[in-house]
Amino acid sequence: MSTEPAVLPKVHYLNAGYGWRSWLFTTDHKRIAILYLVSVTLMFFLGGAYAVLIRLNLVEPTGSLVTAETYNKLFTAHGVVMIFFFLIPSIPATLGNFLIPLMIGAKDLAFPRINLLSWYVFVVGALITLHALVNGGLDTGWTFYAPYSTVFSNTAVVTAGVGIFVTGFSSILTGLNFIVTIHKMRAPGLTWFRLPLFVWAHYATSVIQILGTPVIAVTVLLVAVERAFHFGFFDPARGGDPILFQHLFWFYSHPAVYIMILPSMGVISEVVAAFSRKRVFGYSFIAMSSLAIAGLGFLVWAHHMFVTGLAVYAAMVFSALSFSVAIPSAIKVFNWTATFYRGSVSWQTPMLYAFGFIGLFTIGGLTGLFLATLGIDVHVTDTYFVVAHFHYIMVGGAIMGYLGGLHYWWPKIAGRHYPEWWARVSAVVIFLGFNLTFFPQFILGYLGMPRRYHVYPEEFQVLNVMSSAGASILGIGYLIPMVYLAWSMRYGKVASANPWPATGLEWQTTSPPPTTNFEKTPVVDEEVYDYPKLLEKKEAVLV
Amino acid sequence: MDSPAVPLFPPQASTIAAEVDALYFFLVAVTVFFSVLIAAGVVYFAIRFRRRSPHDRPAEIHGSLALELVWTFIPLGIVVVMFGWGARVFFHMNRPPDDAMSVSVVGKRWMWKLQHPTGQREINELHVPVGRPVKLTITSEDTIHSFFIPAFRIKKDAVPGRYNFAWFEATKTGTYHIFCAEYCGTEHATMIGRVVVMEPDDYQTWLGGGPPPETPVKVGERLFVELNCATCHRIDSLGRGPLLHGIFGKPVQLATGETVVADAAYMRESILNPAAKVAAGYQPVMPTYQGQVSEEMVISLIAYIQTLPAPVVPPAPGPAAPGAPATKGAP
Repeated sequence: MSTEPAVLPKVHYLNAGYGWRSWLFTTDHKRIAILYLVSVTLMFFLGGAYAVLIRLNLVEPTGSLVTAETYNKLFTAHGVVMIFFFLIPSIPATLGNFLIPLMIGAKDLAFPRINLLSWYVFVVGALITLHALVNGGLDTGWTFYAPYSTVFSNTAVVTAGVGIFVTGFSSILTGLNFIVTIHKMRAPGLTWFRLPLFVWAHYATSVIQILGTPVIAVTVLLVAVERAFHFGFFDPARGGDPILFQHLFWFYSHPAVYIMILPSMGVISEVVAAFSRKRVFGYSFIAMSSLAIAGLGFLVWAHHMFVTGLAVYAAMVFSALSFSVAIPSAIKVFNWTATFYRGSVSWQTPMLYAFGFIGLFTIGGLTGLFLATLGIDVHVTDTYFVVAHFHYIMVGGAIMGYLGGLHYWWPKIAGRHYPEWWARVSAVVIFLGFNLTFFPQFILGYLGMPRRYHVYPEEFQVLNVMSSAGASILGIGYLIPMVYLAWSMRYGKVASANPWPATGLEWQTTSPPPTTNFEKTPVVDEEVYDYPKLLEKKEAVLV
Repeated sequence: MDSPAVPLFPPQASTIAAEVDALYFFLVAVTVFFSVLIAAGVVYFAIRFRRRSPHDRPAEIHGSLALELVWTFIPLGIVVVMFGWGARVFFHMNRPPDDAMSVSVVGKRWMWKLQHPTGQREINELHVPVGRPVKLTITSEDTIHSFFIPAFRIKKDAVPGRYNFAWFEATKTGTYHIFCAEYCGTEHATMIGRVVVMEPDDYQTWLGGGPPPETPVKVGERLFVELNCATCHRIDSLGRGPLLHGIFGKPVQLATGETVVADAAYMRESILNPAAKVAAGYQPVMPTYQGQVSEEMVISLIAYIQTLPAPVVPPAPGPAAPGAPATKGAP
C-alpha cells in the first residue's frame, strides 16, 4: 500500500444516483443498510429519550416527574422501541445488510427486492406502533402479559400489537435473505470454514429470526383477538390460561435475546482479529458456539417463569438447560481474550469497544447464572437485578458491539475516517456512564426493589440517583458519535480501500464500494483471518 | 424499616434467606473470580502485546484444543454445582413443613388481602409469629400479581384461576417490605405492604385484640349451607353430587377416565367451572358459582371441605371418589 493520501473512487454506491427515488427505490443492499441505519438511529434516540424520562422520574422516591400512568407508558415505550425497533434490527439490518454480500464476494443479497420490502415493512410496522404509543399509549410493558393486556389495560394494545406483528415480517424476510445468500452466493473458493465469524453469527441469528418470529406473531395475534373479540385463550375468567401466554411469549422472546447479541459477537470476533493482527483463536469453536447458542436458546424460555407456579421438576429441567447456554458464551469470551495473546494489539476505537464488550458481556453473562440458579432466581426475578443483567447484555454487549462495528467499518461505509480522538473519548465516556447507570441496579435488585415501580421506598434513593447520574453521562456518550459520524461523512479524512488493514473480502474493494461491490468476482484461495500473509503482502503498513 | 440510610444488603429474616444468601455469595465469588480473570487477561495482554510498530509480526497461533477443553469443562463443572445447589434450595422453598400455619393471600388491583387460619383479616399487612412456619396460599382476583417479601427471599406469582404456594419461617422480629413484583397496572408500585414478625406471645395478644372473628372453616361451613351445597353433596351419599367427606387430597376418577387429585385447585375449578372435570358416575348438572362467590369465599369453602372427615363406614363402593352414591349426579 502506498503512503500517498487516499482518494475517493469516482463512482461508488453513495454517488451512483441522486435524489430521493435513488434511495427509496434502491435494491442495493448497501443503500438499504443506510436506510436502516437512519431508521434505527432515530428509534434509538427515541427509546433513549424515554429512558431519560424514566431515570429522571426515579431520582426521587415519590416519582414526582410524571404520573404513574405516564410512567407505565414510558417504560413500555422504552422497551418496545428499543427491543423491536432498535436492538433486533440494529446490527443485522445495518452492518449485516451492508457487509454480508461484501464479505462473501457477492454483488448483492439473494433477493434484493425482498430486502427493500423488509425495510418498508419495518417502517410501516414502526409507524403503526408509534401511532399507538402516541394515541392512547401502551402500558402493558413490552412483555404484553395476559390477562392484563387482554382484559385490564385501557391503552392501545391492539394497534401496538399489529405494529409488532407487521414488524416481525421484516425480521423474517431479512433472516431468510441472509440464509439463502450465505448458502448460495459465496465466491468461488469461499468454503464454510473460510467464512468470517461475522457471517457465521448472522447465519445463526437468521435461523432464530425465521423459527422464532412467527411464534411472537401468533402470540400478539392471540392477544389482539382475545382483547377485541373476547376469546378465552389467556383470560382465566373465560377459561383461558395466562401462563400459556408466558410460554408462547418467551418461546420467542428468549431466543430474541440471542438475535440481539449474536451479531454483536460476530462484530467483536472481526474487530479482535483485525486489531490484534492475528487469527481469531479457536475459529471453529467460536463459529460452532454461535450455532449452539441459537439451538439451545430455544430450550430455555421457562427460566422467565420460575415463580409462576411452574412444576418443580419442569423448573429443574429449564434451569439445567439455561446453564448449558452459558458454556458456548464462555467459550467465546475465552477465545477472544486468547486472541490478544502475542498479538499486535492496537487501541484504536473499535478495539476499545471490543474491550468494553468483553468486560461488560462477561458480567452480564455471569449474572445470568444467578437467574438460571433456581434458589436465587426466586428472590431476584422481576427486580432491578434482572434489569441490570439484561442491560449489561443488551447495552453493554449488543450496543457496544454495534458501535464498535460501526466505527470499524465506517471507512468502508462512508469512505472517510471518523475523528479518532473524539471516538476514543466517547467510547470511554460510554463505558463509564454505562457502569455507573447499571451496576447500582444489581445492588438494588438484591435489596428487593421490583422493576416497573413508579415510586419506591426511600432507602433505595441513593442507588437510584447514582443510576440516573450515570444515565446522563451515558446519554452524552451516545450523542458524541452521532455528531462526529455525521460530520465525518463530509469532512472526515478520506479512507483507503483497506485502511486498518484487515483481512476479509470487504476490504479488497474500494471505500466506498461500487454499486456492484466488486469489479470482478473475487476468488478465495486462502484461509480466513490470514493476517501473517496480509502483513507479508503489505510492505508498508499504515498507522 | 430499621436499616441504615443506604442499605447494600437486605435484612435476612427467614430460614430460607440464609440458604439463599449462602448460595448467592458462592455465585458472587465465581462472578468476581471470572470477571477479574477476564479483565486482567484483557488488560495484561492489551498492554504487554500493544502495537509498538506497524511492522510488528504477531505470533501465528490457530488455537489449542487442550485450552478449549479446559475452558469448556471447568465452567461446566462449576455450573453443575450451581444447578444442584440452586435446585436444592428451590426444593426446600417448595416443600412447606406439615405443621405450617396456613395464611391465604389474594391479590387484587391494588392491594393484598390476607387471612389467618383463626379468621383475622388483614390488608397489605401480615402479622406472623417468629419461629413458626407459615404456608401461603396465593391467588388473584384479577390480573397476575406477585407476592414478594425480600427479607425472606420468597416470591410467588398470584395467578388468577390458580393456587400457588409459598412458605417461610421468620427468624427475626421486625417489620419488612411486602412488594408486588409482577406488573399489574397503574398503581403497581403502591401495591406494597409490610410483614410484622412478632414474638409468639405478642402474636397471641395481637390475635386476641378485637372481637373473635369467624375462622375460614366456619365461614366455609356457613357458605356450604347458604349456597345449598349440601342439597346435592349429601352426607348420606344419596345426593346428585359426590360426597365430599374425606376426599381432599385423594384421587378422583373422572368421567373421561382420567384421574385427578382432589386438591385445592380441583375444588376451586369444580366450584367455578363444574363441567370441566366431572367425577365418574355423575351428570354435569351442577350450576356454576362464577360471579356468586369471591376468591376468599372459595378459599373458605375449600378450608371447610378439608375438615370434613371420611365417613366411618363407607357406603357401597362406587365408580367415583370414596363414598360414591348409588344415584347419579354432578360433582
